[in-house]
Amino acid sequence: MSVNNLNGRRRGLLRNMTDTNLLTSITIAVFVIMYICAIIFLQKGFLKPQMLFNLLNENAALIILASGMTLVMITGGIDISVGGVTALISMCCAVFLDKQGGNVIGAIFIAVGIGLAFGIVQGFLIAYLEIQPFIVTLAGMFFARGMTTIVYKEPFNVENEAFVALKDTRVNIPFLGSVNKNGVYVDAYVEIGVITALLIVAVLFVVLKWTKTGRNFYAVGGNRQSALMLGINVKKTTFMSYVICGLLAGIGGFVYFMHVGSGSPSHASGAEMNAIASSIIGGTMLTGGVGNIVGTFFGTMSLALIQNIVRSVGLDQAWWTGITIAAMLCIFLVVQSIIIARRKKANNKQKQTEVKENADVGQ
Amino acid sequence: MSKLPDVNGGGSVLSRVMRNQILIPLAALFLLAIFNLIADPSFFAITLKENNMGNPVLSGQLISIIDNGSELAILAIGMTLVTASSKGQDISVGAAVAISGSVILRVLCGTDNSPETLQAPIIVAFLVAAVASMLFGAFNGVLVAYFRIQPMVATLILFTAGRSIAAWINNNQLPIAPGEEFKVFGGFIPGIPIPTPFLIAILCFIVTWAMLKFTNIGLYSQSVGINEKTARLNGLNPELIKLATYVILGLCVAVTGLIKVSRISTINYSVIAKDIEMDTILAVALGGNSLSGGKFNMAASILGAYVIQFLTTTLYKFKVPSTALPAYKAVVVIVLVVLSAPVVREKLSRLMKKIRSSKNTAENHA
Repeated sequence: MSVNNLNGRRRGLLRNMTDTNLLTSITIAVFVIMYICAIIFLQKGFLKPQMLFNLLNENAALIILASGMTLVMITGGIDISVGGVTALISMCCAVFLDKQGGNVIGAIFIAVGIGLAFGIVQGFLIAYLEIQPFIVTLAGMFFARGMTTIVYKEPFNVENEAFVALKDTRVNIPFLGSVNKNGVYVDAYVEIGVITALLIVAVLFVVLKWTKTGRNFYAVGGNRQSALMLGINVKKTTFMSYVICGLLAGIGGFVYFMHVGSGSPSHASGAEMNAIASSIIGGTMLTGGVGNIVGTFFGTMSLALIQNIVRSVGLDQAWWTGITIAAMLCIFLVVQSIIIARRKKANNKQKQTEVKENADVGQ
Repeated sequence: MSKLPDVNGGGSVLSRVMRNQILIPLAALFLLAIFNLIADPSFFAITLKENNMGNPVLSGQLISIIDNGSELAILAIGMTLVTASSKGQDISVGAAVAISGSVILRVLCGTDNSPETLQAPIIVAFLVAAVASMLFGAFNGVLVAYFRIQPMVATLILFTAGRSIAAWINNNQLPIAPGEEFKVFGGFIPGIPIPTPFLIAILCFIVTWAMLKFTNIGLYSQSVGINEKTARLNGLNPELIKLATYVILGLCVAVTGLIKVSRISTINYSVIAKDIEMDTILAVALGGNSLSGGKFNMAASILGAYVIQFLTTTLYKFKVPSTALPAYKAVVVIVLVVLSAPVVREKLSRLMKKIRSSKNTAENHA
């Protein structure tokens, strides 16, 4: 629950922050500090802006998936089907484009359609039939993964011309380029997926911050009972969060597909866990009611950055990635848990003193 | 939360059937058996053969079910306790099995990848793996009990890192344990035609039964799962009990790891015990246990595990490729959880009542 303590008794910037803002600022600080450390100690091109843009290029899909995940987590749920859905979408689009001779617009519709279908079915089961979200989406994930191999078994690259053209479209960013080995100035670039991801982050940020629907998500996640008493349609809000998450999984799936340009059953393996980890590192609480899309954005970037750093340091064996992500996740979870416990204690203490004072005044 | 609403208010046969937990997996087993009997009666054939070691062994689909279902059943024991006490599931069991298997091979093979003889007694290897698994279990348990992180998320950490840690323990090599001695745990004991994993599982069941009978862990974990505050007021230590259930699950993981590596004498980090967490959770759910904690029925969970293996074997028999298996299982899970959802049950019982009352009125009119 993001409880504001605005009653002047507690001073200091940190204490007056809501849980959401506090956790978000920790994440942003961690990201910035890590990046500065990387620039100072590693010097392997971290100073070049393109390094940052490459982080974005590689993780645009993850940012979109994690945004959807954040939304679901704010309402107190979880959706672990997004990775499977991404793989299924890549495979379906790849088959549609290459084996069925479809066009790109159709592929986009397929992607969004699959994502929405998963969102609607899962949302209905969770919101209206009150089945545990974890079980439903776990089944969703296995269904998607199984379906991927049923659709097509072998991994293959897509050679559809229109799609390849779309895939290779780059948006150049002036003034931030760098001089390459041959002394030629090269513009910095981002892929279309990054633009999509940033747009989604911006839209979701506005929706969650300033619209009634957005605030409803927080209310439902913070306390279902109170939300119900305030006249919020709790079931519909929960349902909507899964539908939006499914929609974003659809878009994210297509962005992923655009980045890799191939279909394979092993695509996006572990993406759901990375998305959850990004959200948690970004300051979203699993208990619901606390979370911030901007935090999630930086959470994803931190996760990507630390993998990059681990690789640059020379620990390039595959297992280090898993271990670092887990370690980071662990630290953030424990920090969150400690912060929240301390705040709760402080709140309780304050309440007690207030009650005492009121009693004194009463006498 | 943990208790399903008493939908039919007593009386009818259906409600009594619905209320006895073990009937849920039994009914599923019955349905699967009938299905197989109609499709191909040879499914149930059991033959006595000689294996390549010259030992008489039983073989057949049913034997393969009790053989391969044993790991699942052993894990289901621990998972049931964890579910009951902490209102959530441990999703890291697959990864933890990989770690335990890796530890066993590391101890057995030492630094050499394919030594001529075992470098350490098997029992030592198993004990080291058991300690390691219990430590990892305790790690999960501490996060859940003391830091109050949701179980599925706390175990997400080990889920992400587990297979990497397993690979790291053996330096990403694939050591091969030599000799026939080690193969016994995943194969057959000379002279006994029943697969060893099943015997190990039986041993685990007896230990579990004794544990539930003579200690309070079962009662305590249920009361913590039903209401933590009340449990505390009654003098229990909920944190310690939750931690204990995770440590017990760690022990189950170690046993599973031993069987899994013994089957092939080596390990494949990304494949060993893959998706077993899903099956284990499913076994608990199929046993009619509430996944949101509280009361449990251990026998039903164990039976649930074998029913799932039955389903898997049936699907294999119908030439479903192993990669597509999850899709079919997911459908079964969804059907199962939808049917057992309180909301759906309530609707169904209301429907039943309506039918009954309309029948009554019709009789009255007549």
